[in-house]
Amino acid sequence: MTTDQPVIRLWELTKTYGEGEAAVQALRGVTLSVYSGDYVAIMGASGSGKSTLMSILGCLDVQTTGRYLLDGIDVEMLYEDELSEIRNRKIGFVFQSFNLLPGSTALQNVELPLTYAKVRSHERRTRALSALQAVGLDKRASHRPAMMSGGERQRVAVARAIAVNPSLILADEPTGNLDSVATADVLGIFAELNRQGRTIVLITHEGDVAQHAKRVVRVRDGRLVEDTRLAPIDGPPPMPGLAGHDLASAR
Amino acid sequence: MIRAESVRIALSGILHNRLRSALTMLGMLIGVGSVIMLVAVGTGSSRAVQKTIEGLGTNLLQISPQGGAFRAFGGGGGGGRATLGTLSRGASLTAADVTALRDKAQNPDVVAVAPVTNASVTAVYQGASYTPASFVGTTPEYQQIKDYQLAEGSFFTAVDVAQHNRVAVIGETVASNLFGVADPIGNNVQFNGSNFQIVGLLKQKGTNGAQDQDDVVMAPLTAVQDTLTGYGSYQNVDVEAASPSKESDAESEVTATLETTHKIAAGGTDDFRILNQASLLQSSQSSNKVFTTLLGAVAAISLLVGGIGVMNIMLVTVTERTREIGIRKAIGAKRSDIMGQFVVEAVLLSAIGGLIGVAVGLVGSHFTVVGIQPEVADYSVFLAFGVAVVTGLFFGLYPASRAARLLPIEALRYE
Ligand SMILES: Nc1ncnc2c1ncn2[C@@H]1O[C@H](COP(=O)(O)OP(=O)(O)O)[C@@H](O)[C@H]1O
Ligand SMILES: [Mg+2]
Repeated sequence: MTTDQPVIRLWELTKTYGEGEAAVQALRGVTLSVYSGDYVAIMGASGSGKSTLMSILGCLDVQTTGRYLLDGIDVEMLYEDELSEIRNRKIGFVFQSFNLLPGSTALQNVELPLTYAKVRSHERRTRALSALQAVGLDKRASHRPAMMSGGERQRVAVARAIAVNPSLILADEPTGNLDSVATADVLGIFAELNRQGRTIVLITHEGDVAQHAKRVVRVRDGRLVEDTRLAPIDGPPPMPGLAGHDLASAR
Repeated sequence: MIRAESVRIALSGILHNRLRSALTMLGMLIGVGSVIMLVAVGTGSSRAVQKTIEGLGTNLLQISPQGGAFRAFGGGGGGGRATLGTLSRGASLTAADVTALRDKAQNPDVVAVAPVTNASVTAVYQGASYTPASFVGTTPEYQQIKDYQLAEGSFFTAVDVAQHNRVAVIGETVASNLFGVADPIGNNVQFNGSNFQIVGLLKQKGTNGAQDQDDVVMAPLTAVQDTLTGYGSYQNVDVEAASPSKESDAESEVTATLETTHKIAAGGTDDFRILNQASLLQSSQSSNKVFTTLLGAVAAISLLVGGIGVMNIMLVTVTERTREIGIRKAIGAKRSDIMGQFVVEAVLLSAIGGLIGVAVGLVGSHFTVVGIQPEVADYSVFLAFGVAVVTGLFFGLYPASRAARLLPIEALRYE
């Protein structure tokens, strides 16, 4: 399911927070293309600019200079409501801190993007349930986040991210708050989703997590410093096997 | 579909913080309930006054003298009781006026005429002393005109008037103050030192909203003039029209008759004025309208306070749920979705509070308040509920638009 249409295209992207003395240059010129079906890990130390990059990729924020095309659309030119629609249709977010609505059940959380996509309630339910099934949580549809483990919450978040069938899944340190078993679960789900053809950009500072991607991009001080391909786009994602897993559980 | 969805989301928001929602609703509840109840009290009291005035008999005309000089600022307006205090030199009601008014040929629609002179007296009986609200010297027609019934004894007669007999008829309030439970008939009471024999006790009439109609003493005009007031003009003359529909005919006949006896030229200024029940009713109704409006205004203020409560809580809610708003926006909620969610929540809060307020107001209006049986005015129910919903909408708009304007990146970062 690979094509030549890049899902993400960045040219000399910069981002500066604040002004004058207090200005922080979080991104200092990032040029990058991500093609459909790829599974990219963005690695870097804390403060290197990964989350800033993810916010811009996810249309939650705009770059200071440079150009960003998402599925060929220059999102810098769009109004706020149009950005909401882009986020809704093209992007599925997975956050480190889950960001589920605590007062809603797993099913309601997964239905949420479908609601804003104006999907009718019957179809919404069916699609949300099948997304929950994809992460193995269809039995827990009526549970609230508070009654679930961290791994389960993150799987609900993944289900929510894939519910509208977006062109891109953006995950910012999705395993940062998870133990090794839950980490393996979530990475397993990502691998399966990628095998089904979904494009994934995963941000992490853990090397063994990055080993699950087909391509690893390293960021330092707001710049790309390394770009390694671990597996071809049109093949399956690599399966680092038990080595990484053992390493993680040994900590 | 989206609308049902925002109602569901708003409801879960309301249920999420039950105590706070309940307290906010309480504000609207009190506002709506008090509008309905206070307007009901106002309406009930106006209905009660109207009933007693109608009960007085609607065919009564009361003539009182009025000085031309007073006309400039007293004439026409006022409405109320202008009988006393408007006396002036030259303006008077005399025996000649009464005789002329009793002329059937001139006044075919007048059935009874009674001259009235008032005195302010203190009554004493065996050491008990009492000052009745009203002491009237008049003729027997007065009983018919004012529709007094007797509980005991009889009213004084034309013979009593002709012979200057010192007899008197008293009301229940006066009797109980002077005699307690004893029978007053046949006993002598001193009014400002003059002895009058009690010949009749009036049946209880109760209050007419303004006065205790049982706090009265009536005696023959001649005897009262002999002993208490002297032989001046009358304070007023009461006239009964043949029927309520003949009242305005009777009024013009009376006017013509008195203009003749008082020698007032056509187009001249009358030195008397005629008060009828219709105008009394009108003035009491307009004063009641003011009363009801005032009560409604007081209640409306509490409705406003309730609305401010809704706004306050919505602002807190929006701040508290900043992160939720960030999540919703990240996932695809537009400004209008967030706006709708919070506006619907504010409107629901006030509408539910308002509905309970309607129920409370309707139930509360079944109880008698300070002797008034409240009467629920339909308009007040719809108005109060409508205003509650609009208030919720109005005071919900600002917090909701604050929520809608939040930037997703910053809302997500909010802890
Ligand atoms: N909203 C902000 N305002 C000011 N500085 C920020 C803001 N967000 C991030 N930064 C700064 O930008 C740099 C990159 O941050 P971030 O993208 O969060 O890095 P990472 O996710 O790799 O840890 C850091 O120096 C951080 O302090
Ligand atoms: Mg980060």
